[in-house]
Amino acid sequence: MELINKWPEYHKKDVVSHYCPGCGHGIVHRIVAELLEEMDLGKKAYLVCPAGCAVLAYNYFDFDVIESAHGRGTAIATGAKRANPNLFVISYQGDGDLSAIGTAETIHSANRGENICVIFINNAVYGMTGGQMAPTSLVGQSTMTSPAGRNPEVDGYPLHITDVVAQFPGVVYAERVSVSSPAGVKKTKKAIRNAFETQQEGLGYSIVEILSPCPTNWKMDPVKACKWIDEEMVKEYKPGLLTDKREEKRKEKG
Amino acid sequence: MSKKDKVFTVKVRRDFCKGCGLCIEFCKKGVLASSAKLNSMGYNPAEVVKPEACVGCLMCTQMCPDLAIEVYSG
Repeated sequence: MELINKWPEYHKKDVVSHYCPGCGHGIVHRIVAELLEEMDLGKKAYLVCPAGCAVLAYNYFDFDVIESAHGRGTAIATGAKRANPNLFVISYQGDGDLSAIGTAETIHSANRGENICVIFINNAVYGMTGGQMAPTSLVGQSTMTSPAGRNPEVDGYPLHITDVVAQFPGVVYAERVSVSSPAGVKKTKKAIRNAFETQQEGLGYSIVEILSPCPTNWKMDPVKACKWIDEEMVKEYKPGLLTDKREEKRKEKG
Repeated sequence: MSKKDKVFTVKVRRDFCKGCGLCIEFCKKGVLASSAKLNSMGYNPAEVVKPEACVGCLMCTQMCPDLAIEVYSG
């Protein structure tokens, strides 16, 4: 008997994660670990963790991980990459981190076209603090701080930060995917691989937004949460390629 | 041996499973089901109920957030 799905080398063995049942973080962690192994990048990988549920990601990854202050992931990633360009720098952030408190860092690092990868987990709520409304919450979505649903007159509209940064000339690759189905997981892996290749070739900034289930804070069971992504969330956040300037950048580089 | 005759074995690491049920939902062959017995964390983990139906598509391992499923060939 031969094991088909081997344990990824850069994922710590025999640890049970602190994530809730059905959380998308576990799937994305596995994809990142698998890709680092497949692309032989694990020895020089350097992951920047956010404040949020993924704050304890260093417990699950078996390569260098640094903890960032809330929202400052891409600022730390910028410093690490500039100080040592040989590092393979990934900033792993959630929506409260990247699109709320860290908006300035995100926008400016993208505008500078830093040669880093950003993995953006979008679950439309502040997960760790108990499901408060985030800038990415959908109109009408009921959260702890908007029990009657998000009212755009008071709370504004969902923030499409990946669409915003995709307009910048320095952003080479931007894609939105979801981990709500096996097909979505495969697309996610492909998107993250493209983002990793962008950095490996030195082309510039890459960002992958991943629509990820948060069953606990959405007050749904995990299967329903995946369905909710496929039925409701994709209406607001359409999955697909947002920008791909890799060919142009390769030509520029010669 | 053709691909059709290949035999796959699914194993669930009971004490790593949080019973989210995503593998049960996305297994189109009905190989997995929720166990009636609790595991050490107090969840109802997935268990293999129709081992012979597995075709090795790995949909369950794709969706498992906790790396709790092992699929063996042969």
